[in-house]
Order: sequence, then C-alpha cells, then structure tokens
Amino acid sequence: MNAAKSFSSRLAGWLPRIVVAPSLLIVIVTVYLFILWTGVISFTSSKFVPVYDFAGLEQFIRLWATPRWHTAVANLFIFSALFLMLSTGIGLLMAILLDQNIRAEGFLRAVYLYPMALSFIVTGTAWKWIMNPGLGIQKVVNELGWTSFTFDWITDPKMAIYTVVIAGVWQSSGFAMAIFLAGLRGIDNSVIKAAQIEGASLPLIYRQIIIPMLRPAMLSVIVLLSYIAIKSFDLVLALTNGGPGSATELPSTFMFSATFRRNQMGVGAASAIMMLMTVAAIIIPYLYSELRERNNG
Amino acid sequence: MSTLEIDRVRKTYGNLEVLKEVSISIGTGDFLVLLGPSGCGKSTLLSMIAGLENISDGEVRIAGKVVNELSPKDRDIAMVFQSYALYPTMTVRQNIEFGMKIRGVPPAQRDKAARSAADLLQITHLLDRKPSQLSGGQRQRVAMGRAIVRQPKLFLFDEPLSNLDAKLRVDMRTEIKRLHARLGTTIVYVTHDQIEAMTLATRVAVMKGGVVQQLDDPQTVYDRPGNVYVAKFVGSPSMNIIPGRIEVEGTTATAIVDVANRPAARIPGIGLSSQAASTYANRKVLIGIRPELFSVGNGQAQGAISVDVDVVEPTGPDTLAVFQLGGVEVTARLPPKQVNARSSATLAVDTSKVVLFDQDSEELIN
Amino acid sequence: MANALSQQKPTVESISRQNRIRIGRLFIYGPLAVMAVLYLMPLWVMVVTSLKPLDEIYGGSFIGLPQTVTLDAWRSAWSQACIGTECTGLRPYFVNSLLMVIPAVVLSTGIGAINGYILTKWRFPGANFVFGLLLFGCFLPYQAILIPMARTLGLLGLAGSIPGLVFVHVAYGICFTTLFFRNYFVSLPDELTKAAMVDGAGFFRIFWSVILPTSIPIIVVSCIWQFTQIWNDFLFGVSFTSGGNSPITVALNNIVNVTTGRKQYNVDMAAAMIAAIPTLLVYIVAGRYFVRGLTAGAVKG
Repeated sequence: MNAAKSFSSRLAGWLPRIVVAPSLLIVIVTVYLFILWTGVISFTSSKFVPVYDFAGLEQFIRLWATPRWHTAVANLFIFSALFLMLSTGIGLLMAILLDQNIRAEGFLRAVYLYPMALSFIVTGTAWKWIMNPGLGIQKVVNELGWTSFTFDWITDPKMAIYTVVIAGVWQSSGFAMAIFLAGLRGIDNSVIKAAQIEGASLPLIYRQIIIPMLRPAMLSVIVLLSYIAIKSFDLVLALTNGGPGSATELPSTFMFSATFRRNQMGVGAASAIMMLMTVAAIIIPYLYSELRERNNG
Repeated sequence: MSTLEIDRVRKTYGNLEVLKEVSISIGTGDFLVLLGPSGCGKSTLLSMIAGLENISDGEVRIAGKVVNELSPKDRDIAMVFQSYALYPTMTVRQNIEFGMKIRGVPPAQRDKAARSAADLLQITHLLDRKPSQLSGGQRQRVAMGRAIVRQPKLFLFDEPLSNLDAKLRVDMRTEIKRLHARLGTTIVYVTHDQIEAMTLATRVAVMKGGVVQQLDDPQTVYDRPGNVYVAKFVGSPSMNIIPGRIEVEGTTATAIVDVANRPAARIPGIGLSSQAASTYANRKVLIGIRPELFSVGNGQAQGAISVDVDVVEPTGPDTLAVFQLGGVEVTARLPPKQVNARSSATLAVDTSKVVLFDQDSEELIN
Repeated sequence: MANALSQQKPTVESISRQNRIRIGRLFIYGPLAVMAVLYLMPLWVMVVTSLKPLDEIYGGSFIGLPQTVTLDAWRSAWSQACIGTECTGLRPYFVNSLLMVIPAVVLSTGIGAINGYILTKWRFPGANFVFGLLLFGCFLPYQAILIPMARTLGLLGLAGSIPGLVFVHVAYGICFTTLFFRNYFVSLPDELTKAAMVDGAGFFRIFWSVILPTSIPIIVVSCIWQFTQIWNDFLFGVSFTSGGNSPITVALNNIVNVTTGRKQYNVDMAAAMIAAIPTLLVYIVAGRYFVRGLTAGAVKG
C-alpha cells in the first residue's frame, strides 16, 4: 500500500518530464542531430547521395573557390544591409507616425502589415510582374509621357539584386513597424510629458528620449530581419530564380541548387554550415541576453 | 481534533537555507499567524504545510499524522491565496464546486454545500458570475467559499488581504475573525501586516531570516517582545529602543538615559527578576518604551523627564511627539494639543510596561 | 493657477498654434497615405490583372481598371493551368495544402500547449535549458537540415508524401508554439495551479480544466501563426515533394515559371491570388492575433 503510493507519487513527479520528452527528442533529432549530420556530410566527398568517407576540408575549399558562391555571399551582404536599413528606417518612421493619435490607425496598420501574411512566392510573383520592363511600371510611366524612363533592373544583372531588396522591404517593413509600435506603446507617457514640461520639442523628444528607449525593440528588429535575410530563398526563386545568370544568387539558393540540382551534396552541406554559423553568431547572443533578462525580470 | 505540529523543519535550495529548524505547534481551533517581512520564509513554510513545496528535513504533522509525503489533496487542508487564484473561466459556483467535483461528490450534495458556503459568505447572488465580474472583496469571499466547502482540518491563508484597499481590508479582517469564531477550524495565516497578526491571531510566530523569533499570544508578543527585532516589527509607531544604563535596588531598576543639554533622565520602578538584577546592575542596556507609555506629566512627579519636542504629528485621536532621548529619536503617543513643536515638555512614563534588552544580544531581559 | 495663465494670453498665439498643429498633421497623414498606396499597389495590380483578358494586358496599362472583366484567368488557374506536364490547375494542390496544413497546425499547437504548460507550471531541473534548446529551433536556417531530413523521410517511407511534410512542419513548428504558450502561461499566476492542486486536480486535469480554458487567445495566435507559416512554406515543399504531392506554393511557382508560349500574366496573378487568399482571409478576420504571433518572439513583456 505504502510502496504503491510512493510509486504513483514518484510517477506523478516524473510525469511532466515524460510528457515533454517526445517533443524534446524530436527537436534534438531534427535540429541538433541533423545539424551534426549536415556537418558530417560537409566533410565527405558526397555528390548525388551521401557517402561517409572523410574528405577533410575539400568541400569547403571547393565552396570558396566557386565564383557563384562568392556572388551569393556578396549579394547577401548587399541585400541584408539594404534590406535591414530600409525596413528598419521605414518601419520606425511609420510606427512613429502611427503613434501620433491618428484616425484610421487600425486600418493603416492592417495595410502595412498584410504583406507579412503572404507567401514570399506570391510576393515574388506579384513584383516580378510589376517590375516587368515590357509591361510593368516602366510601361505605365512611359505612357504617362516620360518616354525615356527605363526600369529594367530585373533583367539587368548589375541591378537585379535591388529588385529583391524592393520586394523584401515591401514584405517585411510592416513587421518592423509592428514591433516598433509595440515598443512605443510600452513607453511610459509621463516621460514624454516630463520632457514637454522642460520645453523640449517633439522631434527632440523623439531623437533624444524615445528612440533611445526603443533599443530593445531595435535589437529585436535587427536580429529578426537579419534572420529573414539570411534564409531568404523563396523570394529570390519566385522573383528572379537566382538570375539573370547567377546575378541574384544568395547562399540559400546556392545551397539548394548545389544539393538538389547540381549533385554537389558536399558543397551544399558546406554552404549550409556556413549559413548556420552566420545565423548562430547573430541569434545565440541575442537569445542568451533575452533569456537572461527575462529571468531577472 | 486538528492540531498542527511543525517539528524541526528545514528548507534548503542547494546551499541556500531558507528555513532553519523551525518548530511550531498549535492546538485545535488555534489561529496561528506567521508574521514577518518578505523573504523571511513564512510563505515557504505555509507552502510546505500545504504540500506545495517539499520538506527538506523535519516533520509536519496534521492532526497527529505525518504528512511529509502526502500530496496537497490528501492532507485535508484548504488554502486561500494572495491573488485568490480563482479559475477565471469558471463561474463562482463552478469555482466552489471544482474540488468536490474532482473528489466525485454527487451534484446534489455539491450544490447544497456550495449554497450553504455562499450563504455564510453572503455571495449567493454572485454564484453564476465569472470572477472577472467581481470586485476584490467579492473575489476574496469566493476564495474563502472554495476553502470552506472542503471542511478541512486546517485552513491556510497566504496574505489574503494584501491585494485589497485599506477600508476593505479592515472589513474582511473582521469577516475572517467571525468565520474563525463560527467554524472553529484551525487556521494558519501568513501576513507581513502586524495589525492583522494582532487582531486575528491566538498565536503569533514572528519570523526573520528563516528563524522563528518568538511564538506567543499576540498580547505577550506586544508587551514582552522576545528581542529588539520583534519589538520594532510589532506595533506602530514601533517601540522606542533607547540606549541607557540601569541602577538596581532589590528587584527594581532605575533606567538612566542621557538627554541633550539637560541632566540625565531617571526612569525608576522597572521590575526585574532577581537573577537579571544581579547580572545587569550598573550595566548598559537597551530600554524599550512603547509610545503610548508616555503621558504628559507634571514637573514635580518622580520619574518625570523633560525633553525638547522637535515635531508633533496629530493623527486625530492622538498626537505623536518626536524628541531626542539617549541619542536616538523617540516617539510618544499623547493626547491631542498637549505639547507643541519646538518647545519643551515634561513627560511621565508608565514604568510597569517598560522592557529591557541586552545591549549585545538584543534579547529581552526578564 | 495654470488655468488663469492660459486664459490670460488668448487668440493670436492659440490660433497660430492650431495652424501649426494642422500643418503638423499634414506631415503625419501625408507620408502615411503615400505608404498605404504603395503597400496596396501590388495587391491592386494582382487583382486587376487577374480580371483582364490577355489581350488587354499586352495592349493596355497594367495598373488601370479592366475594360472587360473576366473570370477566365481564375477559372484557368484553378482547374486548367499546366503544372509541369499535368494540366489540372491549382485545385489538387490547394487540396494538398489543406491536407498538410490542418493536421500540422492541430498537432503542433496541441504539443506546444502542453510543452508550455510543463515549462512554466511544472518546472523541473533543466527546464530552462530545454526551453533554450527548443528556442534555437525557431531560428534554425532550414538549409542546415535539408539533406538529413530528406534522407530520414526516405528511411521512414515518408519521402515525397503529405504525411512527411506534416511531420516536418510539426517538428519545427513545436519550437514556435512552445515559445508562444510558454510566454503566455508565464503570466498566469502559479497560485492558480497550486489552488487546483489543493483542490485535488492532477497534472492533466489542471491542464484540461484550468489552464486550457484560459488560453483561447494564445491558441488562436498559435493556430494562425502556424497556418500562415505552413501554408506559405516553399522550401520544405520544393525539397521534399514532387509532382502531384506538392503544396500550392510549389505549384504556383511552377505555373509562373512556365516559359513556353505567350506568357499568361492574368493566369499567373489569379494563381497567386488563389494561393494568397486563405492567409489573407485569416489575416483580415483575425489580424490582431496575427500581429501578436509576429511580435511574440520579439518584444519582451
């Protein structure tokens, strides 16, 4: 009787761990073990299917000797930098404007944010059509009378990456806006009143007091947008399919085509590991600080 | 029979010792208040009695039965929480009946029990409302109703009044007292409010740093605090602790306290045990005088002291006079309009209730 | 006092102040309106293009209203357009996406709810570490697991199948849903669970009778987030399925990238709209919850 009771109470003590275990197992396998697995493949000479020999750093050397990869990395820098700056800037501006006690705020907020509900494939498809040099914006402006206007970035290898930036910013700046707006709403109004009483003008209050107070939101925006930028894949595929040529190749599209189209699984794995390391370098410190602050708070 | 014995109970988290060998035992029908500042371990102790926290060492016995290994539901207790912890999606009735439902009490019986508890607490008209539609005081009543229907051996209250505003707190305090008188169940009640402890308890355990400083009935705690900490924690304004020294004659002591710019004040007629009298003769001690022991005296009477009143704070029924005595700030509770700020006054002291503390250990001298 | 002061100096200053405010308002509403137009433009273009006959598209302006409104493009996109060699339209792929998204959303939300419950109300040593492990999964660049997942699905006999996709989405969705529920349950007072324990309720009873009924908002957030993510997913769909088992995003991309013959832009746009409508509908109906999902991982508190 007593033993049975203590067994059942011991079971009750373990129950939470038992229930959470399957999820944990799935995540350990599909996240951490799989990362390890990809890491292993990146050190083999795998091509079409994985082979488990040891090829040392061969795949990494080959990766960094591939001009296409260089294009991809360079593009990632251009794309991320512009995408981050524009999305953050526009998002912050819109959040501040929306926070001025305006009418129709709910409607406007919904308008700025709806692109986030769309698939990048839909976004890419729509912008591909809009930026179509024969029939899109260029034609509209030409017909309005400005006949020398050209907007053919999407077919221009030098400019095509900027079309990805445009579509990306259109899709994601509303997201930045939403986070900034949440941050602004969290700021104690009395701070602003105090500054007003001291005679500070509104722009000054924003520059000196409010925007600095948005630092946590800013950090979140930058980290999350960087993550979106690095994993951007569908947008490029739908908008330019990596082209013209390989002009809009990104690490994500490079990895995919190396692995599934060009039978260079080893190179694909190596590029995936490079991506992972980039993301981890940004995300892990961020998560660490978020978790620590949450525990303190 | 519903006694509670806490026998050398300890609580540790790793190396951190939250409770250090706490022993308290109370009888059937007692109202025990665990009183202390936040972090003193009182809530942890209550959770351990409830079975919500493990007991690291020692024993808890309810009605003579060791409950260390029992889960909360098997301990025959009911608990009222600080945030009331009403289930937000259930109506008042469902809240009250939830525990009975789990124990498989048939609906008719549940309904009857819920009704009689609601009648007792005057919340019958609220039975079909959700907690979000209730005021703070009403929620408090529902939480008590939920506890009452269990008919437990032991009621546990965890700071139940601290979320209420001042007026309501006083009303609910009376309500709890009335409930205790009516049901006669043993209660353990945690609070940091010394007035709640004084008004409600039959036994008060004053705690600090995981140690019970004093366990006594409230009047004793008030009149003869076991140490300086208890003396200062219980009572508002708190007891004046004045450094001085005593001269002893038989078992009667005269306290001598320095007064700035005046001859030293002599407070005669403090009773002492003969042992204490021989130990402390002509030694430095701490003299404990409650503010209300002062009265406005006349200059001729023996033991009258002259002071320069610094500030007066009228509270309505009384006026608090603040002055320097023995190098510390001292507060006296006097009738209104008897003394003025920044003027001198002559005060008498009711020496029968003056207490003395050891200067080093700060323990009460008997 | 303050009142007296402000009444002393009337008219001139207060009028100019009002004007200033009005001009200031212009600077607020102006940019907001321009941005709103820019944000709505692509949707507008998609809709009007999808309603035009092909001749009008090649002849007229792409931004103007259609002269003749026709649903032919929608019909074609839904049931005739060619995806690869199969000319079935998007309909079967739309069904695929539904078959994938419904079980994946239900499973991942349910598992996330119970995980969040455990990680907040039944904390065990190492619970924080477990949470950290799950949290990193939210930020995993999926390229890093594509190859092993493809192999594993093959081993499990799930390669190229919809159940396989459901598994993938549940596995990585758990990370997000656990985060949602954990952050929500953290704000529920622990005393609620304690009270239920004193009342005699056990682990599952507390979850079912006390915690879940209070969690409707976060359940909605989680479902919407998962629905949007899984419906819009392309990477897993294109990597792990082929042909008739593809989800709608993959099929859409195939339609758009067909290069033979005269490009049917109206069909492309209709197809894009068909792929977008479910998530747009959810967004319109429950936008508030969608925003909460977006910001859940970002701003503290």
